[in-house]
Amino acid sequence: MTTVKVDVHHLTRVEGHGNIVVDVENGELKQCELQIVETPRFFEAMLRGRPYDESSHITSRICGICAVGHATASLRATERALDITLSPQTVMLRKLNFHGEILDSHILHAYMLIAPDFLGVGSVIPLAKTAPDVVLRALRMKKTAGDLCKAICGRHTHPIAMTVGGFTAFPKLAELRDLRERLIAMRPDYEATVELFSTLKFPAYERDTEYIALHKDDEYCFIDGMIASTDGGTWDISEYRQVTNEQIVPHSSAKHTKNQRQSYMVGALARFNVNYNQLHPKAKDAAAALGLQPITVNPYMNTAAQVVEIVHCIEDAIGIIDQLLVRGIKPELPAPPTRMSGTGAGAADVPRGTLFHEYTIEDGKVVGANCIIPTGQNLANIEADMRGLVPTILDRSQADITLALEMLVRAYDPCISCSTHLLDVKFE
Amino acid sequence: MKPKIAFFEFTSCEGCQLTVVDSLQDHPELLDVVEIVQFREAMTEKGEDYAIAFIEGSCTRPSDEARIREIRERATYVVTLGACAHLGGINSIRNRQELENVREYVYGEKKDWFDTYPARPIGAVIKVDAEIPGCPIDKKEFVTAVTHLLQGRMPYIPDYPLCIECKLKENVCMFLRGKTCLGPITRAGCDAICPTYGDGCEGCRGLVPNGNIVSLKNALRERGMTEEQIDAKMTMFLTYQQMQTEGAAQ
Repeated sequence: MTTVKVDVHHLTRVEGHGNIVVDVENGELKQCELQIVETPRFFEAMLRGRPYDESSHITSRICGICAVGHATASLRATERALDITLSPQTVMLRKLNFHGEILDSHILHAYMLIAPDFLGVGSVIPLAKTAPDVVLRALRMKKTAGDLCKAICGRHTHPIAMTVGGFTAFPKLAELRDLRERLIAMRPDYEATVELFSTLKFPAYERDTEYIALHKDDEYCFIDGMIASTDGGTWDISEYRQVTNEQIVPHSSAKHTKNQRQSYMVGALARFNVNYNQLHPKAKDAAAALGLQPITVNPYMNTAAQVVEIVHCIEDAIGIIDQLLVRGIKPELPAPPTRMSGTGAGAADVPRGTLFHEYTIEDGKVVGANCIIPTGQNLANIEADMRGLVPTILDRSQADITLALEMLVRAYDPCISCSTHLLDVKFE
Repeated sequence: MKPKIAFFEFTSCEGCQLTVVDSLQDHPELLDVVEIVQFREAMTEKGEDYAIAFIEGSCTRPSDEARIREIRERATYVVTLGACAHLGGINSIRNRQELENVREYVYGEKKDWFDTYPARPIGAVIKVDAEIPGCPIDKKEFVTAVTHLLQGRMPYIPDYPLCIECKLKENVCMFLRGKTCLGPITRAGCDAICPTYGDGCEGCRGLVPNGNIVSLKNALRERGMTEEQIDAKMTMFLTYQQMQTEGAAQ
C-alpha cells in the first residue's frame, strides 16, 4: 500500500508564508492541509480610533501586490459609510487604475511564479539566459501596467493619489495618450502571451465547485456590483457575511468560508465562469485559444483565466482612455461626506478574488473594521482540491506528487501576507 | 565570484521585495553582477551562504527573533528594506493598544493561538549595517544602495528634510494648499513623491536628525488640527519612535 509524506515548508513563489502537509499511510489520506504560518497582522484592530481618511492608506499596506485593490475596497467602504457619491470621472479613473493592478499582478503570477514550473526551472532568473525574449516581454508588459497605476495614483505599491471621494492628483492628457499608445503596442505581447500559455500543458484535474465573483450586467466587473454565484443567486455587497460565512471547521482551525457548498472559489477563474458574457470580444477569442469555456472546473486553469483577463484589461483600458481623452480630465476636488457617522461595506474583485472591507465610523473616526480577503475564501476550496487530487496521483513519485500539489496551490495565486485574520492551522 | 545576496521577510506586505522585482524592469543588468541565493517570493532555490542579507518586515513574535539572529550570524552585511524593518512602521500602530484586546478583536476566542508581541524594527533585535527607508522603498534608492554595497561602501541615505526635494520638484507647499504634511521633519530620499501626487508626507522614511517636531506641531495646530488629529498624523509610521520618546521622557 502507498505511503506518501509531503512536507513543503514555506512554499516558494507565492506571496506570504504557507506550508503544504500531506500524509498518506497505507493508501489512506490521513492529513491534507495548506497551513498558514504568516504572522498575524491585526489590521482591523489597528484601524480603530484612526481618522476615516487614513483607512485606505493603512489598509493598502495589507498587501504589496494588491495595494490598489485594498485601497479601492477600503475607499468604497468608507464612501458608503459616509454616503459619498462619486463623480463619473472618479469612477472611470478608479477602473483604469484597477486594470493596471490586475495586469501587473497577473503578468507577475503567470510569467514569474507559474511559468517556471512548466519550464522545469526554479525561478524566472535562469530564463533570462535561455528565453530572454519571454522574460523581456514579461518585464516590458509589467512596466506598462505599473506605469498605468503611476500615472493615476503615483505608484502601484502603495497608491498615493487615491483618497476618500476621489483623487488628489490627475493624469495629464499627454500621459494618457502615451499610455494608450503603449497599451496598443502591448497587443502583440498579449497575443504572444496567449500563444505561450496555450502551449503549456496544464494538469488535467477537474473538481466541480461553486464560483463566486462580483457581477454587473453591463461590464466585466471588478469594483462594486452584486455578489454572484455559479450555483445561482445574487447578494448585495452589504450582505457579504451571508456568502462568506466565516467559520471554524473541525479538521483544521483555519477560519474557512463556505456559501452553498462546503467551499467555493474566488479569483480569475471564478470571474471568468460568472462573467464570461461581459468579457471583451478579444478576451473571448483568447479564451477559445486557451481552451477555456464557462464553466471550467480545473483549478490549474486559473492561470489561463488570468491570461484572458490580461487581454480584457488591456482592451478595456484602451477603451476607458479613449473616453477620457474625449471628455478631458478635470482636476476635481474629492466628493465630500454627507454625514460623519455610518456603516458601509465595499467590495472589489482584486487579482486573487473578491475582497470585502467593512467599516463603522463615528464622528469621523473608525470604531469597527472587518476585512475578508480572497485567499481566506479560497483556503477551504484549495484543501478540497488537494483531498480530491492526492488519491488520483498516488502512483507517482514523491517528488512529482509534491510538485503537483505545489502547482495546485500556486495556481490559486495565494496572497498569504493578506491574512489579516486567517487563523493558524493546528493539528489534532 | 559574484557576491551572494539573499532576501528575507518578516511581518510585512512584501511590497518592498516587489519593488526590488520591479527595479529589474529598468536594471536587468543587476542580475549579472550579483547571485541571488534566496528570494522565497520569486524563486524555489534556497541557499544559506550569503554576504548581503536584505530584510523586509518587522519583528512581531518571539519565533521571528531566532531567524533574525541566524541571518545576522551568516551575513556580512544586513540591510533593511522599507519602513516595517526600519521603523516598525504601520505594524507598530497596534503597540499603543492593549495587546490582549487587539488579539481578541481580530481572533475572538481563538486569540491565544497566536504567537505575537508588540512590533519592533529589525534594528531593535540585531545590529543593522544599513537601512533603505520608505513605504515602500524607492526603486532608484535600492539600485543605488546595491551599487554602493558592491563598491564596498555603505549606502548613503539623505539626512536633510523632505522639503528640500519638494522645493527642487517645484511643488506648491502642501501647507499653502490648505493641507498638512510631515515633510519638514521627515528624511528625504523619495523625491517628495506624496506631495507630488497631492498628498502630505506621512513620515514613512523616518525622522530627520534633530527635526523641529515642536515647531511642526505648532504649525499643525495653527491650521486647526486637534491634538488627536496631530497624534494620528505622527503615529501612522512612527508609533514605535513616538513610544520610545515617551518612554525616555518618563
